[in-house]
Amino acid sequence: MAATKEDVLKFIEEFDKRIEEHHQELTDLDQAIGDGDHGINMNRGMKAVMEKIPGVQDKTITDIVKTVGMTLMSKVGGASGPLYGMAFVKASAKAKGKEELSPEDISEMIGAAIASIEKAGKSTTGEKTMLDAICPAKEAYDKAIADGKSVADAFADAEDAAWKGVEYTKGIIATKGRARYLGERSIGHQDPGATSISYLIQSARAVAEAK
Amino acid sequence: MKKFINAVEDVENEMLEGMCDAYPDKVERLEGTDVIVRKQKKEGKVAIISGGGSGHEPSHAGFVGKGMLDAAVPGAIYTSPAPDQILEAINAADAGKGVLMVVKNYSGDVMNFEMAADMADDIEVEEVITNDDVAVDNKEDRRGVAGTIFVHKIAGAKAEAGASLAEVKAVAEKVIANTRTMGAALKPSTIPAAGKPGFELADDEMEIGIGIHGEPGISREPLKPANDIVDELLSHILGDDVDYSGSEVAVMVNGSGATPLMELYLMNKRVHDVLTEKGIKVAKTFVGNIMTSIDMAGASISLLKLDDEMKELLNAPADTIAFTQD
Repeated sequence: MAATKEDVLKFIEEFDKRIEEHHQELTDLDQAIGDGDHGINMNRGMKAVMEKIPGVQDKTITDIVKTVGMTLMSKVGGASGPLYGMAFVKASAKAKGKEELSPEDISEMIGAAIASIEKAGKSTTGEKTMLDAICPAKEAYDKAIADGKSVADAFADAEDAAWKGVEYTKGIIATKGRARYLGERSIGHQDPGATSISYLIQSARAVAEAK
Repeated sequence: MKKFINAVEDVENEMLEGMCDAYPDKVERLEGTDVIVRKQKKEGKVAIISGGGSGHEPSHAGFVGKGMLDAAVPGAIYTSPAPDQILEAINAADAGKGVLMVVKNYSGDVMNFEMAADMADDIEVEEVITNDDVAVDNKEDRRGVAGTIFVHKIAGAKAEAGASLAEVKAVAEKVIANTRTMGAALKPSTIPAAGKPGFELADDEMEIGIGIHGEPGISREPLKPANDIVDELLSHILGDDVDYSGSEVAVMVNGSGATPLMELYLMNKRVHDVLTEKGIKVAKTFVGNIMTSIDMAGASISLLKLDDEMKELLNAPADTIAFTQD
């Protein structure tokens, strides 16, 4: 058993803390290759999520995660709203009927999130987006679990892979989102979406390690 | 940062309230939402909605009214609105003959508008995507910028005249196919929540191919005289895949918010001179702040190649906050 409902709630709280702590950084990154509002938008979205949590914390894991998704979709706006929002909504479906999540359940949820982002964003890895962090993160997580590592270690590997993905985004040209208008000038800048989703994985790691 | 604002998080809301307070006979805010709708709804016609991030005023709420939009959906500044807000607009605007969404080509706008359309039950929803900005080579990536307003006017007039959804969409597509735009910026904009400019430009630099969200453009160049800038922008527009030779056009010289009319008119002189020299007839001109970027100092030029139908619709009556015509 990898995660209880309490763990899921803690994970959301940890993400909110990190978004608040890093929202200026995310905004600065977005100013370099976007329109300078990623941190602002994600912060607004997560504040709205935290307001909704007390009303759903006694419901199922599916309901809680779905609420996160619907709230982000409604409050974040831009491309990040549908991308993050739908990702959480699709992930929530994988937790249906479960009161606890196994390591495999978590993997499926991450997989559903990735599929949702790929579909909504019409994108794949190598395009300087959040996928360049979360896809390698899932690969690392799955490999760790298959190797018999603990969930905490699996998330540690996942986070390392995510940050490597963020570093990778620095060197490539953007073909999605606002950064793509910059052409070659987007090279040398790390992607804000890849950065924020790495903080999401870091939040999962923090909860797993604290258990 | 010096702005006439109160709390940063209240800017969009206070702006919408002030707009509705100013023009209660033309628009109203749908209760509990950020959607701006016509005061007098006309039943039995195709409804046209548009929207996008705030910060482009008067776009798009300034074009809600007779002969143009039925509803506008403003998101947070420079941020696409969420699907639930857009769905409210679709439901409120629907007058029994379907809804046309005029969506600017940005990842966020397209995603959110399409999600809302998916959620609209029992209402026929069509979409056109504007991408008039020639600064981007790849057509699929081209941004919808000031030329979008030509769609609002012409499709709006078509709908007002009682045309079907298919006919309104067709004329909107025709406008999109015949409009090309390019802009330049002299000074970046500052989003209240960010507190600092979106990018940096030295005193002797300009950004060519600027987008409307203050995002950096295609290239940075040394500042040159207005005539040279207009010539450069026009060469890109005229050199793109719309053949303007020997045609009649509508011209839009659009200000980004901090550029005075003085400069926009000055640029328009060059636009007219160049077009006249090239044998291109200017049928109608629009100069002013139409699709701004808060306080960016910049301007864009749009050319719409007209035919008889589009010309007639462009001249049809309209009654909105930002544009009125008998």
